[in-house]
Amino acid sequence: MEEPEQYAVANRELAEPAVQQPEVPAEPGASAPSGTDIFDAKNVSLYYGSFRAVTDVSLSIHEHEITAFIGPSGCGKTTVLRTLNRMNDLVAGARVEGDVYYRGASLYAKDVSPIAVRRRIGMVFQKPNPFPKSIRDNVAYGPRINGEHNKAKLDEIVERSLRQAALWDEVKDRLGKSGLSLSGGQQQRLCIARTLAVEPDVVLMDEPCSALDPIATGAIEDLMQEIKSKYTIVIVTHNMQQATRVSDRTAFFSVLINPDSDTRTGVLVEYDRTEKIFQDPNDSRTRAYVTGRMG
Amino acid sequence: MAVSAGPDTVDLREPRSWRRTKSQLVTAAMVGAFVLVIIPLGFVLFTVISKGASIISWQFLTAAIPPNVLPASVGGMGPAVVGTLEITAFATLMAVPLGVLGAIYLNEYGGNRPLARLIGFFSDVMTGVPSIVMGLFIFTIWVLHFGYSGLAGSFALACLMLPIVIRSTYEMLRLVPDALREGSYALGASKARVTVTVVLPAAIGGIVSGALLAVARAAGETAPLLFTILTVTTVNRNLFSGPNTSLPSQIFANATQPYAGAQARGWGAALTLIAIAFILMIVARFITARFARFQR
Repeated sequence: MEEPEQYAVANRELAEPAVQQPEVPAEPGASAPSGTDIFDAKNVSLYYGSFRAVTDVSLSIHEHEITAFIGPSGCGKTTVLRTLNRMNDLVAGARVEGDVYYRGASLYAKDVSPIAVRRRIGMVFQKPNPFPKSIRDNVAYGPRINGEHNKAKLDEIVERSLRQAALWDEVKDRLGKSGLSLSGGQQQRLCIARTLAVEPDVVLMDEPCSALDPIATGAIEDLMQEIKSKYTIVIVTHNMQQATRVSDRTAFFSVLINPDSDTRTGVLVEYDRTEKIFQDPNDSRTRAYVTGRMG
Repeated sequence: MAVSAGPDTVDLREPRSWRRTKSQLVTAAMVGAFVLVIIPLGFVLFTVISKGASIISWQFLTAAIPPNVLPASVGGMGPAVVGTLEITAFATLMAVPLGVLGAIYLNEYGGNRPLARLIGFFSDVMTGVPSIVMGLFIFTIWVLHFGYSGLAGSFALACLMLPIVIRSTYEMLRLVPDALREGSYALGASKARVTVTVVLPAAIGGIVSGALLAVARAAGETAPLLFTILTVTTVNRNLFSGPNTSLPSQIFANATQPYAGAQARGWGAALTLIAIAFILMIVARFITARFARFQR
């Protein structure tokens, strides 16, 4: 158990730079580094058995930025997102080629523990999935499994996380009630609070608003802007307006259809600053997608 | 289909057809089937209560079993009550933890591995083994070497309960959504943590009620006890040595007697057994409801 030590170090790094990332001048290439690279994916391909779901993705994700993954259904954006915290390990038959570097360390090296990875790189899912426990226990779950059992400390973490997730005022009087008693939008904010409670370095969000109404979506988008100074966020979204509203950079994925075998493979088409992707993309496929001429 | 009744009103009346008649016929058939099912159940309950209720008293539940010729007012079923409770309790102690752990292996760890498939297959086969064969099995491997005892009966009952507990727990674990497991993994939990802190609590209500159903089933078994505990007429508190007795064994023994007193005690034992099963069901309901507190 040397993980907690590293974990604490990562958190200390996290706590210091509350400074907003300086505006990066327009760059020629997508992969030109700016500030600190949190993730550096190098030629990542992902297979389910012998089926190649995503091919040859390379991109760098920057600290304290919100990076959006957009693209049509089946283009592998969620799959790529899940390679960033090794959630694909849980899928039988999934295999990664290439490598992802997280703060310079390979995520797929032999001796890497996916548990240690996921403690630093949290994830919010498409469907809100609060545990069938009380609201308090939902938020305290992460700190507890990381060894925090001090009641006062846990209460403090619960309050701080729920405040960060803009849920505290709505639930402070019923922390003992089931997490499942909340509305859909509240449940999703509870899941975000649960993720923030372990003070991750990165928060991955897999279409966090797809099950929510516009008001709840707005609340979560505001919250993303608020927490971005402390965390790095990667979000998969089907909603292009959402990508333009919240993200600093956007990666556009598309589907390559292999005519020989009739299989579909996801590829990264273009990755750049969000304004560039939506206003002046380099690739004609990106242009077609963001202007709504291609599904 | 829509037939307009007038120029600007829509006809929303039920069209003339067989549909409504068919619906009523099928509903009536279902009610009939339900009544048919209830009749034997009601008849069993009525008979047992009418023949057994008069003899039930504290003395009946605690006193030793008298010679069969004596009238119903003498003695009771104490040894059988004690035997059933201790033999079933010890069988539960063995079968439930083993069965729950086995089901956890099958659903959470085994996946599609050959060992998991083998265990799953044999557990299903075990469900179909007649209970008297379980009794013979324990007779051969245990009783022939160590003699009759309540413990041997517990072994036989545990063998019967094990596949039921495995199957019911497995089904409950399968119902736990993967989204919950993923949520826990994403917070940095290990597989063991995910299982203990998320999967088991989410399924505990169903696991407990499944286990109690297996207990009730085992408590009512006669065949596995025939070759393993025999019957005795005085209370044997020692589970680990000496013959013992149980309510089902006594029902069987007393029902084959020609004496009215013995038969009455047999009915009393039957009612006591039904009452124990009934209490277990109520406890199962209560526990399930208690654990379901956070499910919504």
